[in-house]
Amino acid sequence: MHDVKQDAMSSVWSGGASPFAMGSKKLGMWLFIVSDSLTFSALLIAYSYARLNSPNWPRPFPFSPSIVFSTIMTVVLLASSLTMVMGVAAAARGDRGTTVKWILATMFFGTTFIVLHMREWFHLMDEGLRLTSNPWGSPLFGAVFFGVTGLHMTHVAIGVIYLGIVSLGFGRGKFTPEDVEVSGLYWHFVDLVWMFVFPLVYIMSISPK
Amino acid sequence: MSDHGAGEGTHPAASAKTFLWVWLALVFLTGVEVYLGYIELEPKLMLSILMGLSVIKAGLIIFWFMHLKYEKPSLKFWLIPATVFCIGMMLLVFFWDSFRLAALRS
Repeated sequence: MHDVKQDAMSSVWSGGASPFAMGSKKLGMWLFIVSDSLTFSALLIAYSYARLNSPNWPRPFPFSPSIVFSTIMTVVLLASSLTMVMGVAAAARGDRGTTVKWILATMFFGTTFIVLHMREWFHLMDEGLRLTSNPWGSPLFGAVFFGVTGLHMTHVAIGVIYLGIVSLGFGRGKFTPEDVEVSGLYWHFVDLVWMFVFPLVYIMSISPK
Repeated sequence: MSDHGAGEGTHPAASAKTFLWVWLALVFLTGVEVYLGYIELEPKLMLSILMGLSVIKAGLIIFWFMHLKYEKPSLKFWLIPATVFCIGMMLLVFFWDSFRLAALRS
C-alpha cells in the first residue's frame, strides 16, 4: 500500500501526470497565452496612460474609411475564429479533408485582415502619421498606434504562417487533432486581443463632428 | 520518459449551431460598440461600457471558441485568477497615477 502511494507521488514529481488532463503542448500554449495577454495588457495600459497624460491627444478617425475599415476588419477576424473552431471540431472527428479546408478559410480571413490593416496604415501615413509625429496633436500618438496595432498584426501574420504549417502537416497525417486545437488556441487569442484594441484605439478616437 | 498526456484534452466540442450563435453575439456586440462611438457619452462612462463589452466578448471567445468551458475546473481556477491578478496590479498603478495627474491638471 505504501509502495503504491510512493509510486504515485514519484510519478507526479517526475512529470508522469497531467493535472489538467491535457497534453503538454496545449498546456504550454495556455501558458504562452497568459504571458502574451500580460504583454498586450501592459501595452494597452501604457497607451491609455500616454493618452491621459496628453491634453492634445488626437482623435483622427473619420467614419469612412477608418471606422468602416476597422469594423470590417473586426468582423473578418471574428469570421476567422468561427472557421477555426469549425476546423478544430472537424479535426476532433478525424475528418482531415474538412479540417484543412476550414484552416485554409481561416488563413484567408487572416490574410484579408492584414491587407485591410495595411491599407489603413498607408492611408494614415499619406495623411502625415509617423512614429514620432503627426499633423493632429500629441506626437506620442503615432508611436503607440503603430506599436499596438503593429504588434497585433505581427501576431496575425505569425498565426497565418503557423496555420499553414499545421494544415499541411495535418493533411499529410503528421499532426494530431491536438495540434490543430493548440493552433486554434493561438488564433482565438489573436482575435481576443483585437476585441480590446478595436474599442480602445479606434472607437475612443473617432473624430468629433 | 512519460508521454505526459499526449493526445489528452481533445474533447467533444459544442455544436456548429452553438458556435454560430456565439459568433452572431460577437458581431452584434461589435455593432453596439460602433454605435456607442457616435452617441455623445461622457468619456469615462463610454470607456467603462466599451471595456465591459470587451470583457463579455473575451469571455465568449475564451469559454466557447477556446473551449475553456469544457476544460477541468482546476485549469480555470489556475489560469483566470492569476491573469486577472497580474492585470489588476498593472491597473492599480495606472489608476493611482492617472487620477493624480488629472487632479494636478485641474
